[in-house]
Amino acid sequence: MKMATSSERSPPPFPEDLEPEPDEVGDQDSDDGEDIFLGTDNPLEIKMDPSLSVSDITSSTKPLSEASSPPVMDLLSEPASEASSAPMVDLLMEPASEGSSAPMVDILSEPASEASSAPMVDLLMEPASEGSSAPMVDLLMEPASEASSAPMMNLLMEPASEASSAPMMNLLMEPASDDLKEPPKPDIDPLADIINDTPLSEGKTPVAAMPQEPPSDLFDDEPSELFAEPRQSNTAKQQQTSIFDEPDEDLFSEPLGEASKKPQNDFFKEALAPVAKASNVCGPLSDNYNEHPTDIFTEEAITTLPSAVSTVSVNSKTNGVHSDEEEPDIFAEATVELSLDSPRNDRKKKEAAKPSASASAPAPSVSASASKPQPKTLEEVQYITLEEEVEDKFELNISITNPEKVGDGMNAYMAYKVSTQTTLPMFRSKTFTVRRRFSDFLGLYEKLSDKHTLNGYIVPPPPEKSIMGMTKVKVGKEDNSSAEFVERRRAALERYLQRVVFHPSLLQDPDVREFLERDDMPRAHNTQALSGAGFLKMINRATDSLSKMTIKMNESDVWFEEKLQEVEAEDQQLRKLHIMVDSLVGHRKELSVNTGGFAKSVAMLGSSEDNTALSRALSQLAEVEDKMEQLHQEQAASDSFCFAELLADYIRLLGSVRASFDQRMKTWQRWQDAQNMLQKKRETEAKLLWANKPDKLQQAKDDITEWEAKVTQYERDFDRVSATVRKEVLRFEKEKARDFKKQIIKYLESLLQSQQQLIKYWEAFLPEAKAIA
Amino acid sequence: MYLLWDSWCGVCFQKLANIDLQHTICTFLLYIYIFYITIMTSTIDDSDKEKALSVSVDLNNDTSLLIDIPDALCERDKVKFTVHTKTTLSSFQKPDFSVPRQHEDFIWLHDALVETEDYAGLIIPPAPPKPDFESPREKMHKLGEGEATMTKEEYTKMKQELEAEYLAVFKKTVQVHEVFLQRLSSHPVLSKDRNFQIFLEYDQDLSVRRKNAKETFGSFFKNMVKSADEVIISGIKEVDDFFEQEKTFLLDYSSKIKDSTARAEKMTRSHKNIADDYIHISSTLSSVSVDDNTALKKHFEKLSDLFEKLRKVEGRVASDQELKLTELLRYYMRDIQAAKDLLYRRARTLADYENSNKALGKARLKSKDVAAAEEQQQQCLQRFNKLSESGKRELTSFKGRRVVAFRKNLIEMAELEIKHAKNNMSLLQDCIELFKSS
Repeated sequence: MKMATSSERSPPPFPEDLEPEPDEVGDQDSDDGEDIFLGTDNPLEIKMDPSLSVSDITSSTKPLSEASSPPVMDLLSEPASEASSAPMVDLLMEPASEGSSAPMVDILSEPASEASSAPMVDLLMEPASEGSSAPMVDLLMEPASEASSAPMMNLLMEPASEASSAPMMNLLMEPASDDLKEPPKPDIDPLADIINDTPLSEGKTPVAAMPQEPPSDLFDDEPSELFAEPRQSNTAKQQQTSIFDEPDEDLFSEPLGEASKKPQNDFFKEALAPVAKASNVCGPLSDNYNEHPTDIFTEEAITTLPSAVSTVSVNSKTNGVHSDEEEPDIFAEATVELSLDSPRNDRKKKEAAKPSASASAPAPSVSASASKPQPKTLEEVQYITLEEEVEDKFELNISITNPEKVGDGMNAYMAYKVSTQTTLPMFRSKTFTVRRRFSDFLGLYEKLSDKHTLNGYIVPPPPEKSIMGMTKVKVGKEDNSSAEFVERRRAALERYLQRVVFHPSLLQDPDVREFLERDDMPRAHNTQALSGAGFLKMINRATDSLSKMTIKMNESDVWFEEKLQEVEAEDQQLRKLHIMVDSLVGHRKELSVNTGGFAKSVAMLGSSEDNTALSRALSQLAEVEDKMEQLHQEQAASDSFCFAELLADYIRLLGSVRASFDQRMKTWQRWQDAQNMLQKKRETEAKLLWANKPDKLQQAKDDITEWEAKVTQYERDFDRVSATVRKEVLRFEKEKARDFKKQIIKYLESLLQSQQQLIKYWEAFLPEAKAIA
Repeated sequence: MYLLWDSWCGVCFQKLANIDLQHTICTFLLYIYIFYITIMTSTIDDSDKEKALSVSVDLNNDTSLLIDIPDALCERDKVKFTVHTKTTLSSFQKPDFSVPRQHEDFIWLHDALVETEDYAGLIIPPAPPKPDFESPREKMHKLGEGEATMTKEEYTKMKQELEAEYLAVFKKTVQVHEVFLQRLSSHPVLSKDRNFQIFLEYDQDLSVRRKNAKETFGSFFKNMVKSADEVIISGIKEVDDFFEQEKTFLLDYSSKIKDSTARAEKMTRSHKNIADDYIHISSTLSSVSVDDNTALKKHFEKLSDLFEKLRKVEGRVASDQELKLTELLRYYMRDIQAAKDLLYRRARTLADYENSNKALGKARLKSKDVAAAEEQQQQCLQRFNKLSESGKRELTSFKGRRVVAFRKNLIEMAELEIKHAKNNMSLLQDCIELFKSS
């Protein structure tokens, strides 16, 4: 990368008159530098973006971006495919080693299958020294055994791959097993020197200057060998732009993908961010605006790699030993938050605060490894405070009142008054009220669920439709049960809405705002029970559950596995408990009815009794029992409202939790499918290569590029969804604990109150009983 | 009182602990301790001497004949009671003796008393109902079937609950038998009955044979005749306002109390169901707490604990209601039937007297057998007068007895309700505080 960028400056852009192959070589070459920290620099770019004038870069690089971005994607796809199967430790190693192997793969197309398959992974899993050299050997061997054009490219590739792998090896303090590759040797040396130098020199400015020389050496050398020199510079430029193009894409198309990289990646991100900042500062010094990004990268190449290595050694250990979820997790959450915000520019404050925080902290200490823990804790603190803020300053009260029957007959419906009180600036006014009907609530859920479930969010489900209950209301029976039904539904809707607005991400959704604010809500469709859409949905659900059974996910993350099991077990238990509480409610109602019957009967008995005192006492007893009937009925209601409804809510919510787990699995499956597809495409390409059909080869290559991009995309999706699910589940658990505690206290208080009443009633009766003579 | 109940239960549970009730439910041995807080054995206010004659056996006032059932043995359907008598009366050979008796012996004694002409003017204490272990046994059976659907803990608790229920039924059975004998012993006339004394003293099995089919049919037929007769004699004009009132009152009261009893039974049963629900909730909560790894784990545990405690209290509330209210109503339902029987017998004699009057009139008209008819008429009148007199006395005492029993039970029930509610309250308060503090 370094060399690419520096060399690219000196020669003027050349016409693109080269054959596709060298062109690609060039691409690959320049990629190599980048590859070294491929896994790591993407996040970096995200970090940088807010501070850098992204638009400038993008606009300037736009034309070129098309040409250069695919290789990048290719490269990205490589580590991606590895990442899925390789353990955490490998993941860290991979970006580096993979980076070096990737170009090879691309050019030779044959090792492609190898690279992404197990042997490669195995090699990578071995100690770093081996990891970096062995694949090399592997790759070198394969092309050798390969026919036709391979040798040529092989040679071309070697320096490039060496160049990229060399720093790695150097950093690992492994004398590269370079015996095999003579030509690259001299190239490596300067680079190695630089690497050795830079950590020592520490300074930013020297770094900015230094990289320029050796890379040019490298590239002076390389071109001579590669005979792709002119193009080289050009592609290098492209490369540079592509790097910057990439982040842009990342930021806007899938900001989450980056954030949801494995924890280690996040670590890198944090580690790199300061560096990026620093380089950013020194960038202007070099006067050349175009140079500036390259500086960042060259510097990164140097400074981040050591840090990467050091973190690898540290993190891989900690992760391996006690699969420490918490720390990286917090991290992932924090970054997700950020990346979520940035595209929307909703929370500029936070966004601004974050990069500056991460930048300011590491500024004094340039060594990335040293500064790494600092931003981490800072981020952590920030996240926590953010969340606290959310809890403390959450000034949004929603209440649903005045259920009102609108219309007559079967077209009648209940309208509820949704009142909002808020101090949040996102709303137009502080208090506002709208009228909503039940299907509006369902419509809101549909909208939210369509948008957010895909991303792994736990969207709170609304209460179920109840044809029975509603029909009763519609028919207009003003009896107890329909009043109870309406009240129950009102409370459930209130809780539902409160859960929605309490969710920081869902609150931001324009649909939620619309629901709360807009006076004339368009009628929600597809919410009719058993309507056509509903039926389709049911079928979808059935197929979903079917595919769920067929998909076997070899879970790479124990946390998810355990959590899912936990959730399922809890679901079972809560269902059982719900049945029990329902039966308690039933029995309590029965008791109430029976007590009422007894009260009447005793009253009659009292009226028949000829002893006046006893008669009086009996009618008093009847009164007491009458009150008891009321008491039992009230208690049954609070059994149902406080306890059973809570359980029902959480059974529904657990359904949503499971849906988000399913979503994660689906994205995983999609990624796997894409990977398989890529594999197939590569095999086809290999066959074509073997059969020497250059005409179709291009098509195959395009396919591969396309699918590699998809794989990368899907992997990011998966990582993003995983991170979201994890965050959401943790949030859910917290909410649950709070909710349960609150509700149970409320329930126990209701029990307490009825006992107090009971005492009062009996104490009043006692003198009456004693008065019998 | 409550402590007594507690210790009684405690002892029984200890005795039970070694026996697997599920299999040997029919053959388990129980020592029934004298237990004076029962409905009918209430101690009576010293002021009311007359009421001492009532259902309640006042041991302080009359120590000449003390009867209790300290021991009972349940064998399949049969319950063998040990009837223990302590007496100072010279009509008994020994001052202290115990005899084994079965439920059928009690029935025999009751029937013998009812059939004794001399006691027609008395309210014969109602016979104790047949021991009915069917409902707990059935429940136990159901529980055994449903064992798979429950956790072990839950099952054990349910079993315990059923054992307690079984015990309560058993205890109640013994109690009503005891009360029957105590009422007889406290009655000035009935306590001197020969059959009664034989029942108490004869140290062998009475080996009263069960009624055979013919006899069962016979008693059924007799009942039919009696009902028909009741209708016929109801047409006879009552000569005494007291009895007229008493009749309307008893008829009314008996139907009302029947209704109340049924409803009270229902009420206590549903209360019991709630206690059972608490068991399930408690055990499900505890299994939820096992699975839960969040901060809620502790809370679930506490809640499970709370429900376990609540169900004990709630179960006690149910059983106390059963004992103090339902059982009271049930007993008086039977007692009122006995009073109604007395009225019937009196009405019968009244009818006889009317008939003899008519017969005398006819005889006089025909001037034939006038002396015999006159004598018959005199006898009937005498009999009627005697019956009316003793009936009046009996009914008055019945009234007093009823009022006292109701008073006592209602007070006790109110006190127990308050006590339990207070227990519940403190349990709930503790739990709420725990929740709030954590």
